[in-house]
Amino acid sequence: MIGLVSYIVFFLILSLIFGIAVLGLNLQWGFTGLFNAGVAGFTAIGAYTMAILTGPARDAVLGGFELPFVVGLIGAMMASGIGAVIVGLATLKLRHEYLAVATFGIAVTIQLVCLNWEYLTGGTLGLIGIPNPSKAWADGPLAQNALYLLVVLVVVGLTFAALERIVKSPWGRMLKAIREDDIAAASLGKSPERVRLEAFVLGCMIMGLSGALYVSFIGYVSPWDFLPIVTFQIWTMLIVGGSANNRGALLGALIVWGVWTMSGFVISRVVPSEIQAQGGAMQAVLIGLILVVTLLIRPRGLIGEELHVSRHARS
Amino acid sequence: MILQHIADGILSGAIVALGAIGLSFTMKMLRFANFSHSELLTWGAYSALVFLAFFSSFGGFFDQTIGPFSFGADLLLAMLCACIATSIIALLLHRFVFERLSRMAGHMTMVFASFGVALTLRHLVVLIWGSDPIYYSRELQFAILLPGNVRVMPDQVFLLGLTVVVVIALHLFMSRSRTGIAMRGVAESPDLARASGVNVDRIITWVWAIGASGAAIGGVLYGMTVQLRPELGFSLILPLFAAAILGGTGSLYGAVLGGLIVGLSENLSVMVIPTTYKPAVPFLLILAILYFRPEGIFGERSR
Repeated sequence: MIGLVSYIVFFLILSLIFGIAVLGLNLQWGFTGLFNAGVAGFTAIGAYTMAILTGPARDAVLGGFELPFVVGLIGAMMASGIGAVIVGLATLKLRHEYLAVATFGIAVTIQLVCLNWEYLTGGTLGLIGIPNPSKAWADGPLAQNALYLLVVLVVVGLTFAALERIVKSPWGRMLKAIREDDIAAASLGKSPERVRLEAFVLGCMIMGLSGALYVSFIGYVSPWDFLPIVTFQIWTMLIVGGSANNRGALLGALIVWGVWTMSGFVISRVVPSEIQAQGGAMQAVLIGLILVVTLLIRPRGLIGEELHVSRHARS
Repeated sequence: MILQHIADGILSGAIVALGAIGLSFTMKMLRFANFSHSELLTWGAYSALVFLAFFSSFGGFFDQTIGPFSFGADLLLAMLCACIATSIIALLLHRFVFERLSRMAGHMTMVFASFGVALTLRHLVVLIWGSDPIYYSRELQFAILLPGNVRVMPDQVFLLGLTVVVVIALHLFMSRSRTGIAMRGVAESPDLARASGVNVDRIITWVWAIGASGAAIGGVLYGMTVQLRPELGFSLILPLFAAAILGGTGSLYGAVLGGLIVGLSENLSVMVIPTTYKPAVPFLLILAILYFRPEGIFGERSR
């Protein structure tokens, strides 16, 4: 029984951390219509910033600041935000599919930097020994994980509440206006370029936050955690849950991560150990099929965008 | 040294060009960025493996290597069958995924779907053939020494020759045959083409078949000169997009020239940046071209 509870806690922590990244992507694609195919890159920036800011001193690698957890989270968001400003200025003028190609390329480049800039990232070995604050507050893995889940829940709750407020604000309505028709929005005196950049940067900061929470929980960071497949997983979560709906984004994260871990569990039990490596491929095939089938039979996702009618239009 | 880099650049550029032709056509004519196109190279290469086993089982003439090359008639026949098999895969994907989505949703949905298709196709290869590298042949080859101390393998000479033949054949097809001319019409404007009595669906079938066959040939040539890996196509995504965008989507010569530029700049880049950053070069090319000339070298500026 304890085993199951610990497993559920562990599962919830990871799926909610993914959920935060999906919320960030939802702001970009769901509400603003920005096709960011480089999600893994921005979570990586956040993750490495967290590792550098809060991690212990290391030989020949930048670090040793041992800053508090919250400072690390803020730093991670800032770093991802700065990265997003640079990327956004260079690419946000592009049409949809070109933006997808360009951001995909950015994620590949960021992963290469993680892999090769040893002074900053520890290279292929990554960075280990990143403190998890819950270890100082409680004894025993279950209590520690439960505490960390609480931290993650608070962050998810704050992010969710902030995003709900934002998208219902005048600025949020402007995002949708630009998504639907940027020329019409521009004709009303809005600046689509500026608003797109703001939404892109904010979304990437949230992705960085997700990466930071991930490394503190896992305790190390390695370039292999940010392969393009992560981007595809996060996209699948958003599509399955329903884009332009923050509840859908979180629901999608829970369901897709659930399918991923459950299928991994089943494969590890059923598939003979000689071909376990192929088991991972089976999981990926499943995720790919879920994405395609969702698009075909329920393109809005499980809970898609709620339709709003302006209260001035109601009679 | 620089000559060797140029030779290697042209050779890898040829493979990129073969893959980019199809990507460029589908981007222009179906109006979506197909992230799964690169997996067609992988499937071309691996399906040839199956046909190779079939043809080489006849032994004798089929099994014998031709001249200085590492392969025999069996691999050439296998390549032909791989083109057909890969075209069938592409057409099935079009019929059951992309065409449906293009009718019921926007072209961005097709891009998401291509993510899912790519993930599925790539990992199916791992499931079927495993993740270890595979070779078509273990024949030893001797490098040919060209002037300037440039070494190339006989197979690489074949690669270049076949690419030139394919491009010339496609050029003749596009400029002489009714289907080819109709295809260019569809690229310009599907509505106008339809109004002029062109059967657009039939032309789109041709686009997929040509794109998939090019990808299959590229994949087999990659397998022949390097090795077969499940990430074969995936590692070429950015080079393929770079070539298609550089050349201007929908242009045959653009895709070929784009492929060569990508291959050359990747291989020449190692003289100025660490080799480990080589995979980022196509991305930098994409950024540069989109910034300065978004319609590509051969593309037309829309007004």
